[in-house]
Amino acid sequence: MANKALKTLTNGLLRENPTMVLVLGMCPTLATTSSAINGMSMGLATTFVLLCSNVVISLLKNLIPDKVRIPAFIVVIASFVTIVQLCMQAYLPDLYASLGLFIPLIVVNCIVLGRAEAFAAKNNAGLSALDGIGMGLGFTLSLTVLGAIRELLGTGKVFDFTIFPDSYGMLLFVLAPGAFIALAYVMALVNKLKK
Amino acid sequence: MAFFLIFVSAIFVNNVVLSQFLGICPFLGVSKKIDTALGMGAAVTFVLVVATIITYLMQMLLVRFGLEFLQTIVFILVIAALVQMIEIILKKVSPSLYQALGVFLPLITTNCCVLGVAIQVAGANYKTCGAEPSLLIGTWYAFCTALGFALALVLFAGIREQLELTDTPKAMKGTPVALLTAGLLAMAFMGFSGVVG
Repeated sequence: MANKALKTLTNGLLRENPTMVLVLGMCPTLATTSSAINGMSMGLATTFVLLCSNVVISLLKNLIPDKVRIPAFIVVIASFVTIVQLCMQAYLPDLYASLGLFIPLIVVNCIVLGRAEAFAAKNNAGLSALDGIGMGLGFTLSLTVLGAIRELLGTGKVFDFTIFPDSYGMLLFVLAPGAFIALAYVMALVNKLKK
Repeated sequence: MAFFLIFVSAIFVNNVVLSQFLGICPFLGVSKKIDTALGMGAAVTFVLVVATIITYLMQMLLVRFGLEFLQTIVFILVIAALVQMIEIILKKVSPSLYQALGVFLPLITTNCCVLGVAIQVAGANYKTCGAEPSLLIGTWYAFCTALGFALALVLFAGIREQLELTDTPKAMKGTPVALLTAGLLAMAFMGFSGVVG
């Protein structure tokens, strides 16, 4: 039992990493990783939604009729997204301003609905919570790594600590094309290492 | 004049996929053939325009009753219901159009560019190029954005059809090389920045 729990928890971190292996949730991955801190905040916000929605959905799974399960799941997810949105607006207004539109868009992040459908609707609340944490942290890990790479290449800093002198900086990596290019190479590296 | 500026701005300068990062999933998923890309582009255009109008009116209702915090929940449900309804109506009214767009319709509910643009328009948080935000301007913006989505999708599908025939390193095959191509495409679109505000 403990073994299964551990496996569920670590599954999302590496072996089934939602971004790098399953290629889900590409919009926030590309849009919010202009710096490491933005990527990490987005990842943690999604982790919270994923954890809460997984637990609630697995508790409600026997009450929800099969036919309306997708709309029901979406309502549960949207409620938690609204909670995150309002809390962030109140306590972290700067962060909220920089992530902007992508906070409400967690609702349509395929990872959240995907885990609800594929895992929480079939397993008990405890395992679903572990799955939510694992998948969420896997997502956070990818976003933080990608954000750090883009921030380092684009501005010479990581988490606002200067690594290269000020004169350095390839602005391209902070802008839109850099997001695609950096993710492409990170993903290719993951593919290479997997073999 | 504002209409023309919004047209250029939404399609080229602030392209929804390549500079705003909305709708990346269908952009990567349904872009292997030009035909399917065209179908998806048409379906998104249709749904996006209708959804923007309805959610704009819903937002007025929410503001009227002081329920703005319900925005996310209400919008996503409206979009999901709308997509279902469009599917049923199309099936009955125009079977040929349903044949062409049918398979793409269910996918659109989770296309973040629909919800994203709806939220932008409802909150008057988009580039209006000097015009006063209104239902008409918002709808026009949604339409142009959808055209930008379709353009990016079709261009990308054209490149990917050729890409299939090239010899790529094993680790880069599939998604990585597609992303790299999208990066180059985004760089090309960056050339438009500065044309209009």
